[in-house]
Amino acid sequence: MKILVCISNVPDTTSKINFTGDNKEFDKNGVQFVINPWDEYALTRAIELKEAKGGSVTVLNVGEADAEPNIRKALAIGADDAIRVNAHPKDAFFVAAQIAAVAKDGGYDMILMGRESIDYNGFQVHNMVGEMLGIPSVTPAFKLDMVDDSTARLEKEIEGGKEVVEVKLPFVASAQQPMCEPRIPNMRGIMTARTKPLKVVEPAGGEAKSEYVSFSKPEKKGGVRMIDADNAAELISLLRNEAKVL
Amino acid sequence: MSVLVFVEGLHGEIKKSSLEAAFYGSQVAQSLGTTATAVAIGDVTEDALTKLGAQGISKVLFDADERLKQFVAEAYVKVIAKAVAQEGAKVLVFAHSNIGAAVGSRLAVRLNGSLATNVTSLPKTDGGSFVVTRSVFSGKAFADVNLYAEVKIIAVQKNSFELTSQEGNTASVERFSAEVSDADFGAAPKETVLLDTGGSVPLQEAEIVVSGGRGLKGPENWHLVEDLAKALGAATACSKPVSDMDWRPHHEHVGQTGITVSPNLYIAIGISGAIQHLAGVNSSKVIVVINKDAEAPFFKAADYGIVGDAFEVVPKLIEAAKALDK
Repeated sequence: MKILVCISNVPDTTSKINFTGDNKEFDKNGVQFVINPWDEYALTRAIELKEAKGGSVTVLNVGEADAEPNIRKALAIGADDAIRVNAHPKDAFFVAAQIAAVAKDGGYDMILMGRESIDYNGFQVHNMVGEMLGIPSVTPAFKLDMVDDSTARLEKEIEGGKEVVEVKLPFVASAQQPMCEPRIPNMRGIMTARTKPLKVVEPAGGEAKSEYVSFSKPEKKGGVRMIDADNAAELISLLRNEAKVL
Repeated sequence: MSVLVFVEGLHGEIKKSSLEAAFYGSQVAQSLGTTATAVAIGDVTEDALTKLGAQGISKVLFDADERLKQFVAEAYVKVIAKAVAQEGAKVLVFAHSNIGAAVGSRLAVRLNGSLATNVTSLPKTDGGSFVVTRSVFSGKAFADVNLYAEVKIIAVQKNSFELTSQEGNTASVERFSAEVSDADFGAAPKETVLLDTGGSVPLQEAEIVVSGGRGLKGPENWHLVEDLAKALGAATACSKPVSDMDWRPHHEHVGQTGITVSPNLYIAIGISGAIQHLAGVNSSKVIVVINKDAEAPFFKAADYGIVGDAFEVVPKLIEAAKALDK
């Protein structure tokens, strides 16, 4: 089985978010970047499937050279090789076009990625790739198993429940917990990752369809109003009469 | 430049998030000097669809094919694309739900359009640009995005807009068929399991959420969260450590790597407020924090707070909530 796993390079979940240049750009200063946590589920499940069924796992990142430490980390976790499309990821449409271009002639049985990135939260790329390649997209999935060599069985979240889907290969799926327990690279993995192939390719066209004009942060709250624990019931009255949310 | 709104049904009714999208769509149409039409698919009755008139929708196209009661992205896209062509729509509006985002993404490719998800503002259309504000960085920031393709697709964040109620206005419902075929259902679900939410609304749709953390000490104490939620007509949720310890199922985990919610009221009980948890809830309109640790960071993000033992405080809240006349 040949699996393509797409990973994003995103600010660590504990990062304080700031912007520079008249609020036009994200301030990377002092921010540590990690593999997008949702993508870690896709990566680990792909490696588990490879270990069970054979095959290979290729990691794909659409990004600039500063993403390479995290691409190497994905290799250390157990991916076999990696491709970096050398481009600033302008918007979801552009990123999906790069992934589709790589996948088109790659003969991948499945393309996996996280449900969304924790920075731009688009929740778009997997479905766009499915449409661009004319194959099904199953999202967001929290369980992925093979029924036989040509069919996968996924469980995906729907509002208020879940659905069980059986889909023929090839397909695109996005991952979320509890699909698996994400792995941490061990020393042997870190050593072998240094020699695994990381191919850099130039973008294959693909226009962005949107542009970020500016960023802002939510207004600061006016401060908390404390209520005495002995008089807790007053809270319900305040929520109804003052905050008007009951 | 007509506006087309995609509405989702569940158990015969229109989802609240789709009503919000309908209101949003009618507001956009008004600002562009045009009208908003809705396209409806799936598990919804014609009677329910006429009520879209109260949100400013005058006409609804309804594909009542039984197979469409189950969501399959490819089939839904086919139906909506036909409605887009028929209406000559240049602005499409969806709810930011799993379904709305999925069909919106596929349609963006098919129609060569610009898509923005998690949208929290009406568009600004000065000088030929079309700019919407969307939530980014897991709710820690907002971004203004210019959608510059000819077709603009907007997925509206839930609970971002109040509904109007133009009572007496009804929408006309027209039968419509995109003639979907079995081939469009390649990824049809084998089985659908709706979770037992105890009669309350699903977490993503809820206007009030009561959430518990490690401060509740164990799953055996969850009746406190459930009873308060029941008294308030709320959905229940939990923090990541709680779902990691299997006290509660993963689909209740709220936070940066769980479900992001934006209810009118979020009540956090025994949750300290790690930055990853805050990221998933900080677009809630009102946040209440109950924690016995006065130094819990969550208090800094709260509107109302009680420092106290959940086992003493929550029963008082349940009693007071039950006494409310609904």
